[in-house]
Amino acid sequence: MNSDGLKRTLLRLIPLMLLVTACATTQDHLLDMSTSQVQLRSIQSRAFDTTDKEKTMRAVIATLQDLGFMLDRADYTLGVVTASKARADSMQMQVYASLRITVTVRPRGEKQLLVRASAEYQRSPVTEAKPYQNFFNSLEKAMFLEAHQVD
Amino acid sequence: MVMGSSRRIGRILPAGVLLLAGCAAVTLDADLNLTPEMFAQRQMQTRRFDTADEQRILGTCASLLQDTGFTIDESETRLGVLIASKERDATDAAQWAVFIVGAFFGVTLPPDQNQVMKAFVTTRPVGEGGRQVAVRVAFERTVFDTEQRLKRIEPLNDPKMYQGFFEKLSKALFLEAHEF
Repeated sequence: MNSDGLKRTLLRLIPLMLLVTACATTQDHLLDMSTSQVQLRSIQSRAFDTTDKEKTMRAVIATLQDLGFMLDRADYTLGVVTASKARADSMQMQVYASLRITVTVRPRGEKQLLVRASAEYQRSPVTEAKPYQNFFNSLEKAMFLEAHQVD
Repeated sequence: MVMGSSRRIGRILPAGVLLLAGCAAVTLDADLNLTPEMFAQRQMQTRRFDTADEQRILGTCASLLQDTGFTIDESETRLGVLIASKERDATDAAQWAVFIVGAFFGVTLPPDQNQVMKAFVTTRPVGEGGRQVAVRVAFERTVFDTEQRLKRIEPLNDPKMYQGFFEKLSKALFLEAHEF
């Protein structure tokens, strides 16, 4: 094979290589595993000393509305609430940004409810503790109950 | 000549970079914290009604939104939630004037064209023994320009809109709306 032929073959290979890497990253994103799952779950969860699922879910929704979120869906039976906050203003140079959050409420033992929040900011999962801390601080005020850290 | 133009680029470039960077309109640090402004917002968006029938209020809110051209996207009666949206023309004569004048000077500022308005209603029993129902509504809109590019996503903060909504709700319910 002369060098021209080799070049042509390589050029043909490039799209294929791109395709292969694209597949790999999609798979990575589908099952994001960057932080330890156990650690992340603990950052995202709090237990409340109540068994009133309706009241808890209403407090979650009220908190999200207070924070300026728009609700996307709410399902009492599943105990799921999803909301998002997106803002942009091209005239004031505020770049589009969106924050999406799913909150689930389920029983934890006989006397508690476990509230878990998972957020997505600018197309990546939120894995730092601080934003969740802030969210649960806000939720505590609406619940009139203390949020307990869980392991 | 070459020196001059490179200097000019040097002057223009930082401005361009700033334009690209801008600042994110939502941040993780700020947007999950309650602020005093958020409580003021809540006050403006909430009214109390003297009834224990939360479902009736939610149903009336749904027909009121329908009357005003909204489509219901999601609802959960058990949690007192209603979400609705509508797409409308966002043409603003003043912006068109700016656009036409700008065109003479080689500046293009595409005017607003479409907007999607959203309403998020929540109801909850309040007061002693739940004898009152608090209704809160939040409106926001997403605006696109004539080239279908996203221009703005913003909460609608004009108190008149909320007053208008609650006046209509109050009439439909035959109940007086109390400030929260």
